[in-house]
Amino acid sequence: MNAFWIILTGSLVAISCGLLGCYLVLRKMTMIGDAISHSVLPGIVLAFLISGSRDSIPMLIGAGLLGVLSTFLIEFFHRKGKLQTDASIGVTFTWLFAIGVILVSSYTGQVDIDQDCVLYGEIAYVPLDLWITENGINLGPRSVYISGTVLLIIITFIWLGYKELLITTFDPALSVALGISTTIWHYLLMGAVSITTVASFESVGAILVVALLVTPASTAYLLTNNFRKMLYISAFVGVLLSFGGYYLAVWLNGSIAGAMATTGGIIFGLAFIYSKNKQRILQTNPTTASDQINRSI
Amino acid sequence: METILDFFSFNNVNVIYVTIGSMLLTSSAAIVGTFTFLKRKALVGDAVSHSILPGICLAFMLSGDKNPLYLIIGAFITGWLSLIIIDLITSKSKIKEDSAIALILSVFFGIGILLLTIIQKSGNAEQTGLDHFLFGNAAALVGSDLVTFTIVALILLIVVYLFFKELTLLAFDEDFAKTIGMPIRLIELILTTLTVMAVVIGIQAVGIVLMAAMLITPVAAARFWTDKIKVLILLAAIFGAFSGLSGAFVSYAAPAMPTGPWIVVVISTIAFISFFFAPKKGIISRAIKQRNVVQQINDENILKSLYQLGEQDQEYYTNRTIEDIIQRRPFNTSVLKKGLKRLKKQGYMESKSGTWQFTKEGKNKGQRTVKLHRLWETYLTKYLRIAPDHVHDDADTIEHFLTPELESRLEQLLEYPELDPHDSKIPYQKNKIKNNSTQV
Repeated sequence: MNAFWIILTGSLVAISCGLLGCYLVLRKMTMIGDAISHSVLPGIVLAFLISGSRDSIPMLIGAGLLGVLSTFLIEFFHRKGKLQTDASIGVTFTWLFAIGVILVSSYTGQVDIDQDCVLYGEIAYVPLDLWITENGINLGPRSVYISGTVLLIIITFIWLGYKELLITTFDPALSVALGISTTIWHYLLMGAVSITTVASFESVGAILVVALLVTPASTAYLLTNNFRKMLYISAFVGVLLSFGGYYLAVWLNGSIAGAMATTGGIIFGLAFIYSKNKQRILQTNPTTASDQINRSI
Repeated sequence: METILDFFSFNNVNVIYVTIGSMLLTSSAAIVGTFTFLKRKALVGDAVSHSILPGICLAFMLSGDKNPLYLIIGAFITGWLSLIIIDLITSKSKIKEDSAIALILSVFFGIGILLLTIIQKSGNAEQTGLDHFLFGNAAALVGSDLVTFTIVALILLIVVYLFFKELTLLAFDEDFAKTIGMPIRLIELILTTLTVMAVVIGIQAVGIVLMAAMLITPVAAARFWTDKIKVLILLAAIFGAFSGLSGAFVSYAAPAMPTGPWIVVVISTIAFISFFFAPKKGIISRAIKQRNVVQQINDENILKSLYQLGEQDQEYYTNRTIEDIIQRRPFNTSVLKKGLKRLKKQGYMESKSGTWQFTKEGKNKGQRTVKLHRLWETYLTKYLRIAPDHVHDDADTIEHFLTPELESRLEQLLEYPELDPHDSKIPYQKNKIKNNSTQV
């Protein structure tokens, strides 16, 4: 049963990340995703300190705000200070993350997270934190509900804003012509990434969230040219690495989050080799290549 | 306070070692970071620093102890490997560089975490302290560890010194370097190796997770103070060394604290001060400059409108109300009022019971703006053959920026035309015309 809950939580988190990751990969903004995942840490700790509990709502709000703030700061230093984007990202997130780590280590007694949790989460403890109603009915682990809710929010967001997100991603000029604000959708997307990062934080830690954001989406990007398919493949790879990660971790007796990232790397490596081979076949055999192109048209 | 005095009295020889060590490590990272920053590949440092974790763990698993030499070799191999794989992914597939960096850094770090947890659960007594590499522990910089790290840092500095010219050229103009036959691949390899070296030795003080900051933040801060690369490197090294000093202090004052985050907070503070307050390039000084230009344009427009009103009535020194001016040119009322007050302070304007009047200087300035506007319109129609009804907007902008030198060149080129394309008279200052015509 424990295995089931852990894999379920991992999958829910990985699907949310995988879906959003597709947009980040296509917008060339994965490093901003990396920055957000680091920047939410001080928000999480402050929310802990202020609300005094591990309640999810203040945490989601506090940390979500910090995530969006970090993207705003990156933009601000880039636009107003003429600092190149890569440096702007690097300066901002390391600063916020450093503050977060200092807060964690200064309030170790009061805050229910430690440096290990920051780094690789505690998905192994998911089955221990149960949601039990006043009548004593066991509803299952709390994390499943949190990550499930976030996944629902993300799916709703993508479903409602599918067209807008697609156009602002692929053709910003067209979106301006159609009256769709690229800025608003940019910040909505960043907000969604922040919420997902916070929800994933407890399970897989700040740094490995990046693996969930990038690996499934990049794998899917290698395998298809169709955006809708990319979303599906990415979600599927998310589930796959959650399964693989769990059993790899059990086998080696190590961190589940680390094993999930490792599995993700292996899946990406396989996809990379597969896409290379396919390319070579297409190149060496031009007739089948043109056939395939004709068929696909 | 007492701790600070204690620290700087350097009574304890270990304190001196730790201080010198961490200053050396952070400043050499800052120096290498300068080149990756200028090459706009700052985030590559982030990938390298995360990727050395599996190397450290593997080296430990194979050797069974924490000899820094083994760990450095292990870290070096995986750090280097990560850059090669990033290169491979970006060049052989449609994955873009940012995704490749994020992918490799997170996957390598994930593998590292997996190995680290395996080591921790294996019960090897030697493993305590291995996790200090994550967030840094400057206090460990003593004895033979310090010697190893110092030697690597010195090698690094010597290599930078020897290849300074090549590295600079690579950072600024790769194409040019290629044209003059420089072995680009080799120099890139040197820079890559230097980056990995800087990260590998830096982690002792700063830690894997935040090491990227030591490559990026000092130079980002220094960039706001100078345009010269040598000064840039020197400043970055000083900023880096200062943050290293603070890291050593933290490890002295609060031994339980990880030093990395404090070093990063100190260097970030320096960076933010630079971003905002640096003269010339800082955000505030830029904003002031911008505001001054906006004000100057606004004020010149006010004087111009008054002059045009004067032209209309053939009477320049009458009192005008604010409504008169707005009728001539649609100003925002409060902006106009502020501008008028500023002009009064500068002596271009006088006010009498709510009405406004030129001083002589004010009239001259307004006249000059009108003249420049019309001269430019004439120039555009005559030389660039632009239709007269298309030249107004352009002239409205450039009239504020023409220097006296350009002004006299324009006058001579156009041979002091009397009328602009809209048949308005071009107002020259009388005495000047005389002077100029005698010269011509």
